[in-house]
Amino acid sequence: MVEKGIGARVLRKEDQRFITGRGRYTDDINQHGQAHAVFLRSPHAHARIRGIDTSAAEAMPGVLAVLTGEDVKADGLGNLVCGWLVKSKDGSPMHMGPHPLLAQEKARYVGDRVAVIVAETLEQAHDAAEAVVVDYEELGPVVALERAHDAGSLVHDEIASNLAYDWELGDKAAVDAAFGRAAHVTRIDLVNNRLVPNAIEPRAAIGHYDPGMDHYTLHVTSQNPHVHRLVMSAFVGVAPEHKLRVVAPDVGGGFGSKIFIYGEECVVLWASKKVRGRPVKWTADRSEAFLSDAHGRDHISHAELALDQDGSFLAMRVNTKANLGAYMSTFSSCIPTYLYGTLLAGQYKTPAIYCDVQAYYTNTAPVDAYRGAGRPEASFLIETLVDQAAGELGMDPAELRRKNFVPKTAFPYQTPVALTYDTGDYEATLDEALRLVDWKGFAARKAESQRRGRLRGIGLSCYIEACGLAPSQVVGSLGAGVGLWESAKVRFSHTGKVQALTGTHSHGQGHETTFAQLVSEKLGIPYEDVEVIHGDTEKTPVGMGTYGSRSLAVGGEALAKACDKLVEKGKKIAAHLLEASEADIEFKDGNFTVAGTDRSKSMGEVVFTAYVPHNYPAGLEPGMEESAFFDPPNFTYPAGTYVCELEIDPATGTTEILRFVAVDDFGNVINPMIVEGQVHGGLAQGIGQALLEGAVYDESGQLLTGSYMDYTMPRADDVPSFEVVTAAGTASHANSLGVKGCGEAGAIGAPAAVINAITNAIGRRVEMPATPEKVWRALQNTQTPQAAE
Amino acid sequence: MYSFEYHRPGSVAEAAQLLTGNEDAKLLAGGMTYIPTLKQRLAQPSAVIDLGGIAELKGIKEEAGGLTIGAMTTHGEVASSAAVRQAIPALAALASNIGDAQVRNRGTIGGSISNNDPAADYPAALVALGATVRTSKRELAAEDFFTGMFETALEEDEILTAVHVPKPEKAAYSKFANPASRYAIVGVFVARTSAGVRVAVTGAGPAVFRATEMEQALAGNFSAAALDNVTVAADALNSDIHASAEYRAHLVKVMAKRAVEAAG
Amino acid sequence: MKVSMSVNGKQVSGEAEPRTLLVEFLRYELGLTGTHVGCDTSQCGACVVHVNGSSVKSCTMLAVQAEGAQVTTIEGMAQGDELHPLQAAFREHHGLQCGFCTPGMIMSAADLLKTNPSPSEHEVREWLEGNICRCTGYHNIVKAILAAADTMRGAARAAE
Repeated sequence: MVEKGIGARVLRKEDQRFITGRGRYTDDINQHGQAHAVFLRSPHAHARIRGIDTSAAEAMPGVLAVLTGEDVKADGLGNLVCGWLVKSKDGSPMHMGPHPLLAQEKARYVGDRVAVIVAETLEQAHDAAEAVVVDYEELGPVVALERAHDAGSLVHDEIASNLAYDWELGDKAAVDAAFGRAAHVTRIDLVNNRLVPNAIEPRAAIGHYDPGMDHYTLHVTSQNPHVHRLVMSAFVGVAPEHKLRVVAPDVGGGFGSKIFIYGEECVVLWASKKVRGRPVKWTADRSEAFLSDAHGRDHISHAELALDQDGSFLAMRVNTKANLGAYMSTFSSCIPTYLYGTLLAGQYKTPAIYCDVQAYYTNTAPVDAYRGAGRPEASFLIETLVDQAAGELGMDPAELRRKNFVPKTAFPYQTPVALTYDTGDYEATLDEALRLVDWKGFAARKAESQRRGRLRGIGLSCYIEACGLAPSQVVGSLGAGVGLWESAKVRFSHTGKVQALTGTHSHGQGHETTFAQLVSEKLGIPYEDVEVIHGDTEKTPVGMGTYGSRSLAVGGEALAKACDKLVEKGKKIAAHLLEASEADIEFKDGNFTVAGTDRSKSMGEVVFTAYVPHNYPAGLEPGMEESAFFDPPNFTYPAGTYVCELEIDPATGTTEILRFVAVDDFGNVINPMIVEGQVHGGLAQGIGQALLEGAVYDESGQLLTGSYMDYTMPRADDVPSFEVVTAAGTASHANSLGVKGCGEAGAIGAPAAVINAITNAIGRRVEMPATPEKVWRALQNTQTPQAAE
Repeated sequence: MYSFEYHRPGSVAEAAQLLTGNEDAKLLAGGMTYIPTLKQRLAQPSAVIDLGGIAELKGIKEEAGGLTIGAMTTHGEVASSAAVRQAIPALAALASNIGDAQVRNRGTIGGSISNNDPAADYPAALVALGATVRTSKRELAAEDFFTGMFETALEEDEILTAVHVPKPEKAAYSKFANPASRYAIVGVFVARTSAGVRVAVTGAGPAVFRATEMEQALAGNFSAAALDNVTVAADALNSDIHASAEYRAHLVKVMAKRAVEAAG
Repeated sequence: MKVSMSVNGKQVSGEAEPRTLLVEFLRYELGLTGTHVGCDTSQCGACVVHVNGSSVKSCTMLAVQAEGAQVTTIEGMAQGDELHPLQAAFREHHGLQCGFCTPGMIMSAADLLKTNPSPSEHEVREWLEGNICRCTGYHNIVKAILAAADTMRGAARAAE
C-alpha cells in the first residue's frame, strides 16, 4: 500500500510556493524588452463607430503602436467564435453575430474593445489611450432581457432580431397531456441573477512573437491552454497551431471565466508581431474585469409542475429566457441549453418534461459558463418549484422530495431530458443531511428564535449535476465543435521518478496533489516521486482543459489508463527478468511478482531495465513512458442534499446563516481534504448568489456594479463554517476510478437551500440576491408571516 | 495615475506654504480615498502634499472636558486609544468599524472628514457630539464644517489640523453597512450631552444631517420607545441599487433606536 | 526619485516616480511578486504587506511614503526554511486553493495575531473584511488562522 494514495488526506504539493510568495502567475512574469498594452474600451453600450483618430496617440511619448478594428481587418484576422452549434425548434442554426478582436463598425457593450495602445510603459499606454479620438454615434441600447425581443434596436445588424436561437427539449405533447390530468399545478416565475465570476487574479496575457524562429508564445490566464491554441490558430488565425505555444502558468482561480478565448489575449500576440517581436503584456485591472470578463447566469424563467393527488410529479414545463450579452462567447450557447435543459429532471422520476429556451443578445458583457454553468440555474428552478409545491400541498418538503426521488433500484435511469443517470442514492444523502441538521428539532429552534424576535427558516436543496464533460459523440451530436476527451502521459526516468503530464489545468483544484496520489497508487511508487505537469502546450499532450468538474473523471482516468499501460509493459519486462510467463506476473504495491512465489522485481528495477535494456525482452521498445486518451462513455452525476438554516432580523431584513449542511455523493474520493475545500468554495459562491451578488446594468447599459464597492463579494463574515460530508458515495460507472467530480456542486446546490430557508422563515419567496431590503419589503407585504408557514 | 510632484512637509506652516500659490496641489492624508481616485485617473493634481510627516497633526490629547484628536490620527489609533475608549467609547467603537483593518491603519480622521463622503461614519459622530473642527486658520463647529455632499467649509489653502470632541453623558453609533463597500447605508449617532440630545445621520442623505424630530423626542425621554411615533421622511434621502429612500428612512429609525439602546 | 527602505530586513533602494505605488515598487522594482493586485478599489487585500509593523494595502500607498520604513512582505515571513506558523497552518488546514489571495491573507492574519493572540472565530471573520477569497469559502482560512494562533500561543508560553 502506498501511504499517500487514493483516499488519503494528503497536504498539497503546490502550497509551498503559494504560502511563501513564490507562485508564478502571468503578471509575475516580465520578459526582456516587454512593452505594455492598454485597451481603449467603449464607454457606450451601443454605438456606431464613425471613425477613430489615432494620430495624436501615436505621437505620444513611448507609444509603439495604436491598433484598431480596421487593422485587425486589414491583417485578415478572423473572429472569436462560439464552439457549440445550437439549433432552434425549426431546425435552423443559431444566429452568431460576428465577434471581432477589436470592434468594427459598432461597439456593442460598455467595455467592448475599440483599440489597443502598445507603449514602452503602462502609464504611457494609459496616457496615449486618452488621446485616441473615437467618433461615436450612440444607438439605442438593448439592455433588459425581458424586453430584448422588441427593444427596437438590433445588437447585430446582420441578424433579423435579437433572438439568437429558440431551443426546445422534451416531449411537449406528453407534458401537455399530463398537465391536463393533474390534480395540482404549481407555478413559479423566477430570475436567476447575473453574476460576475471574480477570480481574484484578473485576466492577463503576454504575447511574444519571435521573428527569428517565426514562433509565437502566449502566457495567459487560461483554464485550457490547448483550446486557446486551437481557437487562436484555427479561427482567429493569429498564428499557425504548430508555431504557437500557449502557457498557462499559475492561474489565480477561474470558475469558468478563464475558459474562454477573449480578444485581449489574441490581440497581444498579434500586437507583438506588429511591434517587431517585442513581448506585449496586458493585465486587466478589476474594473476592466467587471466590464469584460464573461458574466454568468442571467435567466428569467416560468416553470410549472403538475402533480397528482398524492403529490407524485406528473410533468414539468419550463420556459426560460437567457441573456447571451453582446456576443456569443466560446461556450455560451450550450450553457442555457444542453447544460441546463438536460438537468431539469433533478433527482426526480418526473415522467415528462418540456423546456424551451429563447436566448437573446443584449448590449451587455458576454455571458458564458460560471461555476456550474446551466446546472445551478436548473437546480435552483427545480428545487424552489418543488419547495413551493410542498408548501401549497401542505407536505413536508423533505417527504415530497423523497416520494418523487429516482429510487436507488432504478439505476441506470433514463430521464425524459436525454441524460442517463448511472448511479445514485438520493435518499441516503437526504437522510444524512436531515439527521445532521436535526430537521425534526427545527420547530423548537424556531420557537427559541421567535422569543428573541428573530425569524428562523430552514431550507432544503437536493441537487444533481452532470459532470465529467463529456462523451465526445454525445456532445458532438448536440452541436459541440470539439471532442471532450482528455489526455495524459506518464513518464518514468532512469531513477524511477515519474512525470505525469495532463491536458487538464489546475488553478486552485490541487491537481498536482490529487493526480500524484492517483499515479502513486496506480504505480505503487512514493507520492513524493511523482511530479504533475500541466499548463504548457509544448510540454503536455493535447488536452481539453479544466471545467465542468471534468479533470479527475476524465483527465484522471486518462492518467490511470497511462499507468495501466506502464504496468502492462512492466509485466513484460519483469517476466523476462524473472524468467516467467507474462501471464504469471502479478503487480501489487509497486512489485511485479511471479504468482504464488516470492520472486519479484520492484518497479524501480523494471524501470531501470527499460532504460538500460541490456537484458531485455526481444522486440519490446525500451523506455517507460505511456500516453493515454480517455473519452468517457457517459457524464458523471454527482448529487446531494444541502440544508440551510438561517435567521432573519425582521427590523432590517438582514439574513444570517446559522448552519449550512452539505452531504454530497461524489462517488469515490481521492483526497477528501481537497474535495471538502472545493465544496466550501462552491457553497460560498452559491450563498453569494443567493444573498449578495448581482450584476446590475442601468437603462443605458452602464454597469452599476463595476467594482467591489458595489458588487458584493462574499466575505469571511458573510458565511458560516460549513458542515460538509462527502463520504459513502455511489461509485460512478463512467470511469474505472468511480469518481464523479466535485468542483461545482456547492455553487449548484446552495442557492435553492438558502432561498427556500428564507421562504420558510418569512412565508414568501424573495428573488436573488435576497438583499435585506428585498426581505424587508417581503415582510412588509406579508400580513401574517407565521400563518404562511 | 497621472504624474505629479510629491512633497512631504514637516510642519503645518510648511504645508500651508506649499499649498498657497499651487492651486492644483492636493493634500494627502491617509490616502484611502484619494489614492484610489488617483489610480483611476479621476484626479490630476500638479502636486501631492503628504501630511504624513507632520508630527503636530498626530495624537490624541485630553483637553477641556473632551478629547482633541489630531487630523492625521488613524482610525486604528482612535479605536485602540485608552483615552477615547474611556471618555467616548462610542467614538472608539465607531472607528473600530470603519473600513477594514488595513484601512484603519492608514486612514485618518482628518482625511475622512475633509472628504466628507456622504456614507462616512465620522461626520455623524462629530455632528452629534457637537465637536469643533480646528484648521490652520480657525475653529468651527462640526455642523458648520460639513456643508454638502463631498463638501466642507475648508478653503483652498486651509488645512484641517484637529477636532475637539466634548465628552458626552451617553452616546452610541449604530450602522447598517453597505454589504459591498461596508460604508454606511445608514449610520445614526446618538449623543446626550449637557447641551441636550443630538441625533446625526450619515449614509442616508446627500450629507450628514441632524434628525431634529428624534432629538426632540429623546430630549424628554431618552429611550428607544420615545422614537416609536417619530416618522422619517424618505423624500430627501438617497436611493441607489443598495437601498431605496424608503428603506433608508426605515433604517434611520431602526438604527436610531438601536443606538439609543446601546447608549443605555 | 530614489526611494530607500528596509524590505524583509534588507536595506534596499530603487527608482520610483511619485506616482509609483508601493506594490508596484515591490513587484516590478524589487521583483518581489508574492504581493499581488486583485482590485483597484482597495478592497481585495491581495496586496497586504506590513509597514512598520502594521498591515497596510500596498496598492493604496505610494512607494515614496514608505521611504525609510520597515516593510515585510510574504517573502519575508519564513525564517530560512522554517515557515511562519501561519504559513504552516495555511498548508496544514488547506487554507488556500489558487493561492492568489494567500499572501495578503497571511499578512493580514499576522497583524491580527499580533494585536489579538486569541481571537474567536467571529473576530477572525470580522478581521478578514479586507481580504477577499473566491476559492475557499473562508472555512479553512479561518481554521488555519485559529490553529496558527494556538501554535503561536504555545510557542510564546514555551519561550517564557
